[in-house]
Amino acid sequence: MKVPSASLRPAGFDELGLRQALADRMLPLLVAAMAFLAALAAAGWFGTAALARHWQDGAGSALTLQIPNPTGPAERGSRNRLDSALTLLSATAGIASVHSLSDEELGELLRPWLGTSAEHLSVPMPAVVAVHLTSGSMDIGPLNAQLQAAVPGAVLEDHGVWLRRLSALAWSLQACSGLALLLVAAVATAVIAVATRAGLSARREAIEIVHGLGATDSYIAGRFAARATTLAAIGGLIGALLAVPALLTLASVVAPFSGAKALPETVFDVLAALPPGLWMSLLIIPGGAALIGFLTAQGTVRRWLRQLP
Amino acid sequence: MVRFESVGLRYGRVSGAETAPEVLRDITFALPEGAFRWLLGPSGAGKSSLLKMMYLAVLPTRGHLSILGADIDRTPRKALPRLRRRIGVVFQDFRLLQHLSAFDNVALPLRIAGRPEGQIRADVTELLRWVGLARKLGARPPELSGGEQQRVAIARAVIVRPSLLLADEPTGNLDEPQAERLMQLFQELNRLGTTVIVATHNDTLVARHPGAALRLDHGRLVAHG
Ligand SMILES: Nc1ncnc2c1ncn2[C@@H]1O[C@H](COP(=O)(O)OP(=O)(O)OP(=O)(O)O)[C@@H](O)[C@H]1O
Ligand SMILES: [Mg+2]
Repeated sequence: MKVPSASLRPAGFDELGLRQALADRMLPLLVAAMAFLAALAAAGWFGTAALARHWQDGAGSALTLQIPNPTGPAERGSRNRLDSALTLLSATAGIASVHSLSDEELGELLRPWLGTSAEHLSVPMPAVVAVHLTSGSMDIGPLNAQLQAAVPGAVLEDHGVWLRRLSALAWSLQACSGLALLLVAAVATAVIAVATRAGLSARREAIEIVHGLGATDSYIAGRFAARATTLAAIGGLIGALLAVPALLTLASVVAPFSGAKALPETVFDVLAALPPGLWMSLLIIPGGAALIGFLTAQGTVRRWLRQLP
Repeated sequence: MVRFESVGLRYGRVSGAETAPEVLRDITFALPEGAFRWLLGPSGAGKSSLLKMMYLAVLPTRGHLSILGADIDRTPRKALPRLRRRIGVVFQDFRLLQHLSAFDNVALPLRIAGRPEGQIRADVTELLRWVGLARKLGARPPELSGGEQQRVAIARAVIVRPSLLLADEPTGNLDEPQAERLMQLFQELNRLGTTVIVATHNDTLVARHPGAALRLDHGRLVAHG
C-alpha cells in the first residue's frame, strides 16, 4: 500500500516551464565569468591590502641611516662609529626610537637581490639604523651635518615620503579592487534580471494561467527564484573553481618575492599560498551569486506581476 | 454571490485623449448562491469579457463588482488569489499548459492550493477516469484531440469543487453525447450548491436544458431571467 505523501508539490514539478525559459547554459556561463572576475578582484583586494599595510607600517620609520665601516673608530671619543651615531641620534629631539638592524634583518632586506646567502657575504656591510620620528616629518639638514662631523660617510635618507606615496597607491589599488567587485556584482544582477525578464515574456501565458488558478505572487516569484538561484549558484561555483588554479599560478609567480615556496608540495602549502581571506571569498562567491540570483529574480518577477490584477 | 452594479469595462489603458470603447456598459444584475445561468448573445457581444471580470482576470473600469461575497473595490490585491481558488473556469481556448501531462494540468489548481500529494493523486485520477481520459493521464495537450483537451480543461475547472463555476463555450469541441454528459456534471455540481454560469452558442443544448439566461448584445445586458 502506498503511503500518501504529505509534500505540497512534487520535486521537479515545472508548471511554468522554466527549464526551457531559463535555460541551463547561458545564465550559468555568464555568472561563472562574473564569479571568476569577482575572485580576481578579491585577490586584488587582499593583495593590495597587505602591501598597503606593509608600506604604511614602513612609513612610520621615516629615516634610515647607513654607516659604512660601523666598527671603525669614531672621529671623537673611544667608541666605534655605530655607537657614536646611535648616541647622537638618541640625543636628538623629535626622534621616537632608534633601531640598529641585526644581520638577519639585513639579510631579509637584501634577499630579493642577493638570495638566501646574503647573511654570509664576505663583502663589508654597512650598518643600517631605522629611525622612527615622533612627528610625521622633520628637516634633516642639521642632523645630517652633525652626523657627518661625528661619523664621516654616513648616509641619512628620508624615505617616509616615498612610503607614504606607495601606501597611498596601494590603498587606491585596493579601492579599485573593491569597486571592481561591486561592478561585477552589479553586472551579475543585471544579467540575471535580463534573463528573468526574458523568461517572463517567454512564459507569459503559463504565468497568466497559473495566476488565474489562484497562485500568489510569492508562489510565482518563488518558482523563478528557485530556478535563478540554482543556475546562479552553479555558475558561481564553476567560476570560483576555475579561479583557484589561476590564483595559485599568480601566487607562485609572486612567491619568490615574499620568500614562500614557488611550487607547493603539500595541501598545506597550497592553502598557505593564498591569504585566508581570499579562500573565504572563494567559498562565499557561489553563495553570493546564489543570493544575487534569488533577490534579483524575486524583485524582477514581483514587479512584473503587479501588472496583473 | 455575484453582483454587478452599473459595471463598465474597456480594454487597454487610457492614453491621452484616446480611450478604447467600452465593450461592456451599465451591466447590473445579481445572482444568488447556487444559481444556474446561461450566458447568451451573438459573437462579440461581450460574453467572454463578462466572465473575465467574474474570474477576476480583468477588473471593471467603472461600477461595482462583488464576487463570492467580496466587494472587489475594497479587496486588497493580495486577497484575490484566495478568491480565484474558489472559482473554476473552463476557457473558450482551454488554456492548458502545453508542457504538462493531462494529470499535471488537472492537479495544478490543487498543488497551487497546497493540497497533500496523496489526495491529489486519488482525486485527479478518479476525475480523469470520469471524463473518459483514464488512459490519457500522461498525454500532453498537443497529443490530445480538441474534445479531449476540452475535457481536461473541464476536469481542471471542477477538481477544486469551486463555489463558482464559469464555462466559456465548453461544448465547442464535444460531440452530442459528451456535451450531454458535461451538462449532467454541471447540473450535479449545481445541485450540490455550486453557482454555474455557462456561455454558449449551442442553441440545441440550451433548448434541451431550459433555464434562466443572461442575454448580452453589443455590450449591454438585454435580458435577465
Ligand atoms: N483583450 C482584449 N483587448 C481588446 N479588446 C478585446 C479584448 N478581448 C475582447 N475584446 C473586444 O471585446 C468585445 C467583446 O469580446 P468578447 O470576447 O467578450 O465577446 P464574446 O461575446 O465572448 O464573443 P464570442 O462569442 O465570439 O466568444 C469584442 O469587440 C472584442 O473585440
Ligand atoms: Mg467568447
